[in-house]
This record gives sequence, C-alpha cells and structure tokens, in this order.
Amino acid sequence: MYDAVIIGAGPAGLSAAIACAKWNLQVVVIDEFMKPGGRLLGQLHQEPDGTWWNGIKEANILVEQARALGVDIWCGVSVHHIEEVGQGWRVHTNKERIDTPKLLLATGAAETPAPVPGWTLPGVMSIGAAQVMTNVHRVRPGKKGIVIGINVLSAAITRELQLAGGDVVGMVLPPVNPITKDAGNPRKVMQSLLRISHLAPSAFLRMGGKLSRANWMQKLALTFYPKSGVKMWGIPIHLRKAAVQINGEKEVESVTICSVTPDGKRIEGSEQTMDVDFVCIAGGLYPLAELAAVAGCPFHYFPELGGHVPVHNERMKTPLEGLYVAGNITGIESAKVARAQGFVAGLSIAKETIQSADSAIDKHLENALDEVRKIRSNAAIQFHQDIHAGRNKMESIYKEQFS
Amino acid sequence: MNNRRILHHPVLGTMPERNAVHFTFDGKKYKGFEGETIAAALLASGVRTLRVHEEKETPRGIYCNIGHCFECRVTVNGQPGVRSCLTEINDGMVIESGKRQPTPLKRKEIARHV
Repeated sequence: MYDAVIIGAGPAGLSAAIACAKWNLQVVVIDEFMKPGGRLLGQLHQEPDGTWWNGIKEANILVEQARALGVDIWCGVSVHHIEEVGQGWRVHTNKERIDTPKLLLATGAAETPAPVPGWTLPGVMSIGAAQVMTNVHRVRPGKKGIVIGINVLSAAITRELQLAGGDVVGMVLPPVNPITKDAGNPRKVMQSLLRISHLAPSAFLRMGGKLSRANWMQKLALTFYPKSGVKMWGIPIHLRKAAVQINGEKEVESVTICSVTPDGKRIEGSEQTMDVDFVCIAGGLYPLAELAAVAGCPFHYFPELGGHVPVHNERMKTPLEGLYVAGNITGIESAKVARAQGFVAGLSIAKETIQSADSAIDKHLENALDEVRKIRSNAAIQFHQDIHAGRNKMESIYKEQFS
Repeated sequence: MNNRRILHHPVLGTMPERNAVHFTFDGKKYKGFEGETIAAALLASGVRTLRVHEEKETPRGIYCNIGHCFECRVTVNGQPGVRSCLTEINDGMVIESGKRQPTPLKRKEIARHV
C-alpha cells in the first residue's frame, strides 16, 4: 500500500512526491496525460534576466529526481472519483481502485471558456491547446491565426506561437457577454496588461509604470489607441477591437471583428473580416477542483486566486483528514510557486505520516514555507492582482473556521 | 515531411528522430510518430474534424487539449468516447470519427411514425 497518492504529475504533484520520498514514504503520482510534467511541458518564456524558462527541461528534472527516489508515476490513468473510507481515501481510476491514508490533489487549472459565435468550428481551440500542440507535439495549430482574449497568459503563449514560426495576425478582445465580462472591457484589460509591461519590449507598454498610476492617462491612451494596434513582440494588440463571429462552413475560414469604445461597446458599421484558419480563445485560468468538491471539501470564492478554491491552510491541508491540495488548485500562480507549494504539501504529508518527535522535518517545513513566500514575492508575472491578499484571506478563514 | 510539423525551433532545438507509426482514420491511412497523441498526429496530417455533433451533425475538433472538454472524442479500436488529445497513437490503430446518432425520441421523428 502506498503511504500517499498524488493526483497530478505537474510541478506541484512531482515536487510533493519528491518531498515524500525523501522521507522514505512510498508514493504514486497519477496523471491523465501520457507524459508526466503537467502544464510545465508547454511552458517556454524568457525571464526578466533574459534566460529561457523551458518547461520540458524543468519537468524532466523533476521526473528524474522523483524516479531516482523510487516514486511510481502512472501516466494515462484518469481519476474519476475519490471517497473517504475508514482512516483514509479511496481513489477510483479507469484502471484500478487504490486506498491510501493520505491523498494530495494537485490537479492544476483549466482554461475559462470565452464563448464567441462560431467557436465550435474545427480550428478554434483554447490558447493552451495551441501551446501544447506547438511546444510539446511540435505541430502547428494552423497557417494563420488570431488570438481572442488579451491577458498575461495569452500574451505569453502568443509569443511562443510566433517563436515557433506561427503567423498570428493579432490579438483582439472577446465580445462582451455575461461570461467574458471585464475581459471585453478595454480599460480593464489595459490595466491587467500593464502588469506585464516590464516583460514586453514595447515602448507603449514600458510607459506602463506611469500609466498604471494615472487613470486619465489610461483613458487618453485608449481614446487615441492606434487603429493598427500596438505591437508587442511584433504582434499587433488590438485593445479597441473585439471578435464578433468566427466564420466557416466545415472549419475556420475567417473571423469578423469590430471596433469598440474604450468601455467595450460595439461601434456599429465598423465590422471587418480577417482571413485565418485557426483561432485561439484565451479566457484565463481557473483552479481545477472537481475532485475536492466530490470529496466534500469546503470551498471559498476568491477572485484574487482565480475562482472557487478548496479551503486549505499554508501547509496545504484541507479541513478533511488526510486530504491535501497544492499548485493551481489552490489559486492561479506560476509553475514555480506550484512547485514550491508541492514541496510544502509533501513535507506536511511526511510529517503526519512519520509522527516522530524529531524536529528536523519541522525545520524543513518552515524553510519550504519561506521558499513559497519568497518565490511568490519575486514572481515576474502575477496572474491575478492581490494574490497576497487572497492567500491571507484563505489562511484566516482556515484558522477561524476549521482549526 | 509536411510544413505542419515544427522540426526546428529556435529555443527548443531540432526535433529528435522518432519511430513512425501507421494508423487509419475513417478507413484512410495516415502516418504519425511514437510519443504523440492521436489529435497531434491527425492535426499534423491536416485532419481537424474529429467528429460531428451527435444531433446537429456540425463538425467538431480539438478544443482544450487537456482532456477536459471531451470535444475530441473518437472511437479507437472499437472503443467509443476516447479522448484523442490524451491518447497516444499506436501502430495499427483503427480510429473512427464520431457520427450523427439517431434521435428517435425527437418530436419530429415521433410524428413521422405516428
């Protein structure tokens, strides 16, 4: 029997497994995909110091380390249900059932859909889908594409598509609808974009520091926003244009876009059609937490963390005995934060499994917690503003209601 | 080799040599490579439509590519509902696209038989 079962072989799950194995726990990591690494696999971006973050390499380092420590990694296995039984958890997979005293959910995140008429046509995919096709499978999503949805994630991935020789005609906003909300509002999108201005080699965005302090300057910038867009890494970003409709009979043939006011209202008669054969929809990420819900874990809604998040404390424990969470299931942050959180979760699990009076593990746990805080503070990209506030709120909810 | 595959990448480097696999999709022969998904092998072969909507018969392809949306489900060696974005392509695989299904309980269909 395994001391712990970890669901998700991404940065959080793998580093949790490494932490457990270092304390001689027998663990298995389960993942639906055919290769371990999770969403690390697709990642490829330049750090502020100019070095490349290559997710495939980072994933390989973790996988090798885990395997060397005797961690079992099962790929292509789907978990469809978990339930509390006796002193632990029963994990139902498409292959077999496993019982374990400790269960870690490191299921990551999924992409928020941004519905656009015509989006079911073949050739329309989430931007993360295009990322995996391009960087992992090394297959182009198409010849010429457009990105609908302008945010930190889509800007980074659009650059990856371009890097691989993909032709992206530009990035536009999604239409304003009850699901896309602020993602269709130029003013709100501009504010969120300014948070990555330090990464973008664009004079316009480098003014970001000033712009983000003065509302009137943002308004001015949007009012006089260039018709051809503002280029970031050579890709036109159209903050005053939104997608109206994706056209095509059997697959994507073109996209109709229109101009919008600085508040996102459609300007009638401004429609134009752009010929493309693929469309990437970028609605941002939300924590993938169904298994925690099935387990009966309490949830809280935190816009700062990207959505509904299972309640947990800083040591990655949920209020349910033996159930832990780590990585993007706890809130949308970078892979580096996820990896550090996974290490904390693994040490938490080890500490409670061993239950020794030895204080060495406590020291490791404290260091690992410090590491998470440090990485969070130094993050080059923050997916959500006020991430610290969100984390603090979660901690106090756990303390007040569950400890 | 077609230009849908990214053999040389400025940062990730040159794609390592992989063994070819042969499979069929709706009876037609295709070539893919070991270690890639059914969805990737088909996309690289120019196939984007993986099924049609069971009722409306409108075309569907991959959407999320992480196994979450189920838009890419196909029948593999007789087993229906397989997510092509998660499943590795194997030599000799027989893959069928999702087809339109009968809707005998639709009001229109019932009226025809009454």
